[in-house]
Amino acid sequence: MEFKHLMLAACTAALCGGAALAENVKVGMITTLSGGGAGLGIDTRDGFMLAVKQAGRDDLEVVIEDDQRKPDMAVQLADKMIQQEKVDVLTGIVWSNLAMAVVPAAVAQGKFYLSTNAAPSALAGRGCNPLYFSVSYQNDNLHEAAGAYMRDAGYKAPFILAPNYPAGKDSLTGFKRFFEGTPKDEIYTKLGQTDYSAELAQIRASGADSVFFFLPGGMGISFLKQYQASGLDLPLVGPAFSFDQGILQAVGDAALGVKNTSQWSKDIDNAANKAFVDGFQAEYGRLPSLYAAQGYDTANLLISAMDKADVSDKAAFQAALEAADFPSVRGKFSFGANHHPVQDIYVREVVQEGDVLTNKIVGFAIKDRADAYVGECKM
Amino acid sequence: MRREAIFNTALWLGLLAYPVWAWLGDEPYQITLATRVAILALAGVGLNIALGLGGLVSLGHAMFFGIGGYAAGILASHAQSYTPLYDGAFTIEGTQNMLVIWLVAVVAAGLVALVTGALSLRTSGVYFIMITLAFGQMFYYFTISWPAYGGEDGLSIYVRNWFPGLNTLDPLTFFLICFSILSLALLLSWRIAGSAFGLALNAARQNEDRVRAVGIEPYRLRLVAFVISGAITGLAGALYADLNRFVSPTMFSWQLSGEIMVFVILGGVARLFGPVAGAALFILLEEVLGGVSDYWHIWLGVLLLIVVLFARGGLIGLIAGQGTGQATGQRKRAGGADD
Amino acid sequence: MSAALFIEQVFNGLQFGVMLFLMSAGLTLIFGVMGLINLAHGALYMVGAFAAAAVSAATGSFLLALMGALAASAVAGVLVEVIVIRRLYARDHLDQVLATFALILIFSEGTRWVFGSFPLYLDVPAALAGPVMLPFGIAYPAYRLAIIGIGLVVAAALFFLIAGTRVGMRIRAGESDREMIGALGVNISALYTGVFALGAALAGFAGALVGAIQSVQVGMGEPVLILAFVTIVIGGIGSIRGAFVGALLVGLTDTLGRVLLPILFSAVMEPSAAATVGGALASMAIYILMALVLLFKPTGLYGGAA
Repeated sequence: MEFKHLMLAACTAALCGGAALAENVKVGMITTLSGGGAGLGIDTRDGFMLAVKQAGRDDLEVVIEDDQRKPDMAVQLADKMIQQEKVDVLTGIVWSNLAMAVVPAAVAQGKFYLSTNAAPSALAGRGCNPLYFSVSYQNDNLHEAAGAYMRDAGYKAPFILAPNYPAGKDSLTGFKRFFEGTPKDEIYTKLGQTDYSAELAQIRASGADSVFFFLPGGMGISFLKQYQASGLDLPLVGPAFSFDQGILQAVGDAALGVKNTSQWSKDIDNAANKAFVDGFQAEYGRLPSLYAAQGYDTANLLISAMDKADVSDKAAFQAALEAADFPSVRGKFSFGANHHPVQDIYVREVVQEGDVLTNKIVGFAIKDRADAYVGECKM
Repeated sequence: MRREAIFNTALWLGLLAYPVWAWLGDEPYQITLATRVAILALAGVGLNIALGLGGLVSLGHAMFFGIGGYAAGILASHAQSYTPLYDGAFTIEGTQNMLVIWLVAVVAAGLVALVTGALSLRTSGVYFIMITLAFGQMFYYFTISWPAYGGEDGLSIYVRNWFPGLNTLDPLTFFLICFSILSLALLLSWRIAGSAFGLALNAARQNEDRVRAVGIEPYRLRLVAFVISGAITGLAGALYADLNRFVSPTMFSWQLSGEIMVFVILGGVARLFGPVAGAALFILLEEVLGGVSDYWHIWLGVLLLIVVLFARGGLIGLIAGQGTGQATGQRKRAGGADD
Repeated sequence: MSAALFIEQVFNGLQFGVMLFLMSAGLTLIFGVMGLINLAHGALYMVGAFAAAAVSAATGSFLLALMGALAASAVAGVLVEVIVIRRLYARDHLDQVLATFALILIFSEGTRWVFGSFPLYLDVPAALAGPVMLPFGIAYPAYRLAIIGIGLVVAAALFFLIAGTRVGMRIRAGESDREMIGALGVNISALYTGVFALGAALAGFAGALVGAIQSVQVGMGEPVLILAFVTIVIGGIGSIRGAFVGALLVGLTDTLGRVLLPILFSAVMEPSAAATVGGALASMAIYILMALVLLFKPTGLYGGAA
């Protein structure tokens, strides 16, 4: 490492300043590989590494570490990546609270951060940064799309619920931003709650005509199973997180027919997506998830920028990232002024294909959606 | 005893020398690791006063760690946004001065320890373990769902707080600050263990009735020990906030309470340097095993089991042998009454 | 809120309470007999759920899945007892806390190693899917009614085992004086292994039953562990009756807190803020209940001298 460091220093100081020689890029990936949320991190990593492998690049080095879903561990790993591994780019964090712990400090130290998933509003508005890019979405997007879909589908009085934590509040705010009408009722559940009988009774008694829920991970699995058993038959709508490929099999029939919103689906018809879905199945023997798709796009974005500029030339590399000149598995993809995607968001339905459950696109929820915070961002 | 003294000295010097060596070799991350060890050891020193001297098995010490952390986070965030903390009859401004932050952290954690301790110490044995756990969980859920200071997202301190006359942004300087505090806490802990108060506390742990017979109320002794213990752990929390430049509700999680306890046990309960040895070993394992396998928690668990089952004095017990007389020798059976 | 809804919510609270009793019965049994504080209880709960999911996926039978859960967790219990736990009976609680904390780490990551990082599928049997009608026009999931029934049966069986059988006599004797019962020729070591296996099997059984309506995933045991501890501490550790009463109290407090507190606060603030504040308080409610109980009865409702 010392040697490479010296060599780079010599290079910039002497002759080869301007020439875009293939300069090595070192990426630090911090993601969740152990404990309860490991499935998401593993998919992120596998999607990212698939793109690296397909590109066959030997000038791209990736260091991967497990954050155990603990914010202080993520901070420590970021320090390690920056101070010891001397990475150029950080990526991989799944959870918003971990991203809030890592991103502001990392970009302050002059590192690029490409988000494969978490994109809290604080980093999209006044807290935006030239070195920070979200390749996934802005956190509110899928909830906004659900609101737009339910408005267009003619629902008048949905019952809306989310866990009592910042992402949960952003979710219901995002939903209401596009739904425009007044929900029948809104409740916040306990984070990590596993029993929803009380909430289901409230839903039944409320006279709502539909239900919007944001309950990621195990909470969503529990809710859907219990919803089915309760005999409630109001239409359910939610963001993609509770219907992702990684957990659909665990939800089972309870998810069949449920509409959910996502900016990606495995049946989006374009060459990049086909190469991704087929390649992922061949490489790992399972269907890819949303997180894998986001990891894959992130790696391809990075590679496209590497072809245009040296990572040490921050302004040029930033411009190369902003161009987003890569074949996204989502098809159309570009960045808004705050480095968050401008993209179409789809409505999907959970269907059975053979003996696996998966999602099928049934229409658009919002087209060319940026986000609500872009106006506050002053870069 | 002599061997333990030699080991302690070596450990103290080693913890001091390592970051200096890393600084010479331009390895800032190693300094960060050493700082982490010093801070977690400080949290353990706090717990050790309750656990080792007082025999109070608290599974809620993350509560104090978190309060110290949030004291730092809240004061710093108000100072950074230039909004007063309280603006009524009088005005309280936020601050980024570490000395003020530490004072607030110690007082806040001490007060919470006074209240929760006064309630918890009415119980004993398993009930004490569980009620301290419950208090910790209360704070955990409260911080997650209370929106004012970031909820589950936590709170960022963008620039490390300052200490008069020092550049705290320099990793080695910050390490030396933490190390000095750790050393002072060790000194305090040593003085307490040897004082009349410490001896009475230790006696109360071994035989409550005998202490009561000479006219000392064990409840008060324990409460004082619990408050000192909580305050020191709170100070560690404030330093940890500055190390990470970030605080979050996970600082209150019961797993963290468990980990602080693990530091103490790995090193050796009631050994003065037990928490230091334990925290150093834990961080070392995390660094080494974490690189070897995704499933490294299995090996951590196995190692912990071995220590509990076969190496009862912890690391220091293995090296220095049994018989400091403080706790390890004659720990009571759990069979009959707990007290 | 209408009266019918209120009654339904009270019923939900009781139902959650019975579920909590199932989760905590094994924990209180083990503590009562051996004086052992077993943090790995949640891990055994998880073992049961994963075993059930695996058996159910292989055979398609929920009954076999329950058997598989019982067997797997009992076997895990015996192994753990023989290798680790029996060395801890004579130790203080601190050692027990740590050793069983280590077991959590081993079980959690071991399970992930064997079953992978994604949640598993386990569903209620077809015969119990969907709701049945109760009085007051309440449609109630049949499976949850079954859980209530099973919980009551388990409670009755445990009472009978402790109070009315020869094994129970030995258990009670061992509880009060383990040297004496050993001297009288009872194989105390085998008895303890048996009790631990029974406690583990109860945990695994609960994991399988409850797992069918929740998420079968790594780490599912930890919230259960904390809830179970709150339950048995309120009831008085070691007392089956205490665990039952404690479970109902916790179930009611948690459910009604979740439902009523936001409504209460909406009288004085706007709905969104009321939902937040009410939710925050509701998530702390059971811990406040526990602190209050211990203030007035430091050894729980039915606990003897600690």
